[in-house]
Amino acid sequence: MTATTETRTVVPTEMKESRFRKVPIYLTVGVVALLWTIPSLGLLINSFREPSSIRTNGWWTVLGDIFNTATWSLENYRVVLDEGFSNAFANTVAISIPSVVIPITIAAFAAYAFAWMKFPGRNVLFVTVVGLMVVPLQMALIPILRIYTDFDVTGTFPAVWLAHAGFGLPLAVYLLRNYMGSLPASLMESANIDGADHFTIFYRLVIPLSVPVLASFAIFQFLWVWNDYLVALVFLGIDPNVRVLTVELADLAGRGEGALSLLPAAAFVTMILPLVVFFSLQRFFVRGLTAGSVKG
Amino acid sequence: MSTPPLMDHAELDGGPPRHPDGEHVHTFGLWLLRIVSALVLPAVVVVFFLTFGFLKDEDANKAIQVLVAVVVGIGGVWALYWGMDRAISQLPDRSARAVRPFAFVGPAMALLTFYLVYPAVNTLVISFQDKDSEAFVGFDNYIRIFSESKYLISIRNSLVWVILVPLLAVGIGLAFATMADKLSSRVEAFTKSLIFLPMAISFVGAAVVWTFVYGFRPEGFGNQIGVLNGIWTGLGGNPVNWLQTSPWNNLFLMIILVWLQTGFSMVILSSAIKGVPEVLLEAARIDGASEWQAFWKVTFPSISSTIVVVWTTVLITVWKVFDIVFVMTGGLFDTQVIAQTMVEEFFTNFNFGIGAALAVLLFIAVIPVLIINVNRFRAQEATR
Repeated sequence: MTATTETRTVVPTEMKESRFRKVPIYLTVGVVALLWTIPSLGLLINSFREPSSIRTNGWWTVLGDIFNTATWSLENYRVVLDEGFSNAFANTVAISIPSVVIPITIAAFAAYAFAWMKFPGRNVLFVTVVGLMVVPLQMALIPILRIYTDFDVTGTFPAVWLAHAGFGLPLAVYLLRNYMGSLPASLMESANIDGADHFTIFYRLVIPLSVPVLASFAIFQFLWVWNDYLVALVFLGIDPNVRVLTVELADLAGRGEGALSLLPAAAFVTMILPLVVFFSLQRFFVRGLTAGSVKG
Repeated sequence: MSTPPLMDHAELDGGPPRHPDGEHVHTFGLWLLRIVSALVLPAVVVVFFLTFGFLKDEDANKAIQVLVAVVVGIGGVWALYWGMDRAISQLPDRSARAVRPFAFVGPAMALLTFYLVYPAVNTLVISFQDKDSEAFVGFDNYIRIFSESKYLISIRNSLVWVILVPLLAVGIGLAFATMADKLSSRVEAFTKSLIFLPMAISFVGAAVVWTFVYGFRPEGFGNQIGVLNGIWTGLGGNPVNWLQTSPWNNLFLMIILVWLQTGFSMVILSSAIKGVPEVLLEAARIDGASEWQAFWKVTFPSISSTIVVVWTTVLITVWKVFDIVFVMTGGLFDTQVIAQTMVEEFFTNFNFGIGAALAVLLFIAVIPVLIINVNRFRAQEATR
């Protein structure tokens, strides 16, 4: 009797105490979270304001007057979408999807071979792939651009797809091989005894089991490609027909004061899809990050 | 032994080959088969892209382009891998086993060779040539980047970036993860996603976001539209042109990257913190340790390897930062950094020698990280 009642009476006071002690923690966490949110919040508010007021006073001035409908407007979004951002949006989608799909397919086969096949040079090749992760893609710009110019493929989508595939491959092979290598060997052996060959084991067993890591890499690569500026700028260029959202946005930002009122809406057009993908699939993304950089 | 096991995994531990009598398969012919099988698929893809002229047509329907790419990217590539696999299966059993891995690995290797290995070597060569890559000039480009003030400033700035940004991003990330861990899980999840949110934003987008923080209007030229000057003038100060006030403008640019990268370190450190066994922490508390001591004596040592990994990952990102400086200041007002100076040399000044030398500098500095990576892989291999 005594033991249980004692704990029952003790626990609440302890909890009260610790909750009281947590006030500074709540405050600090809240202040930091608020600081982190203010820049994006300001941009969001600005993007829905009436164009001339964006240029004449700060976004925080509307906070005291948020129910005044005259301050709000969708005009910026309308102008931005008319001004080439809808085309740039389509281009970015057209760049992103293949740039995610191609490296995943190629990396999956390579990762399987590295994890479950034996061949001469296997370790040397894999260490080379891991090492290539730190080669800055800046090293690749000029040589690749020269080859692309010789074959007259600059400004084409496949040129950019394959470049993104190449640059994303080391991380993809590394992540997938680590994951596939951690699958139980007994599973493979029993499949083998049942008469399955490598190809069957690969697509019947390993690929379905690897869906979490495939999803992680897909999200990672998607965010990377969607948000990329350098590769798109160098290999696609600034031709309004083919340019992507980041190039379009940087161009707008470079126009100075005159385009200031369009910037917030334009920035949100570039961010909306990655934000949606990111928050709906955050779980996979985090798992991929932790698998890639914490393991070992 | 009549039906040798197909799974070679059992052989991975470096034991003697199962079929010492089968050494004859390691012949020239076998290697030829291996190389051919590795290269068939990339060759088909290259031919495909070069023949289909409509893919070069800017006005071609984008939906069709994407459709073709996805069909090729998934269906076509899978079919090719499958076809290679079938073809290899026609070989005698032992040769097939020796050749098949190369068909699996080959396409990845071909892509990596073309997009990373060859360019890296080529860039190294260009860095020893003059600005038009026509004559070799020895170490001239390297001597210039380490003596002319323009390049020295960008090297100095990059060094300050790689010291301060990881320090702040990892420091704030760690503190936030530790504190949020003590809150109710709903509050924790919500506040963490607020910190995490900038991770989905492009560097160019972030530069635009911060335009409305650092915005500046000289006195008498209208109201301030940047938050920082809004607060500053509200407190009675004169408006400051944050991005043109050297050397502090560098710090203001760095804050943008800290804002982007803290979420990354926070999330990874948070999962590491949750991995610290509660028993250890309880034991420390029973021994009379305060929360502060428990953190430094128990949590911190257990997650130190994760901290190193996060630190180096952020460091590499920072080292290659280009977009933020390019968009916010264009490298003016003494804010240039190496990666942005490199792009400027390549595409504005067309000085390929200097640009390549800067790219090599970007690479050489991360070699220690490469060594750490390789060692981690080896250590992991040893425990398999």
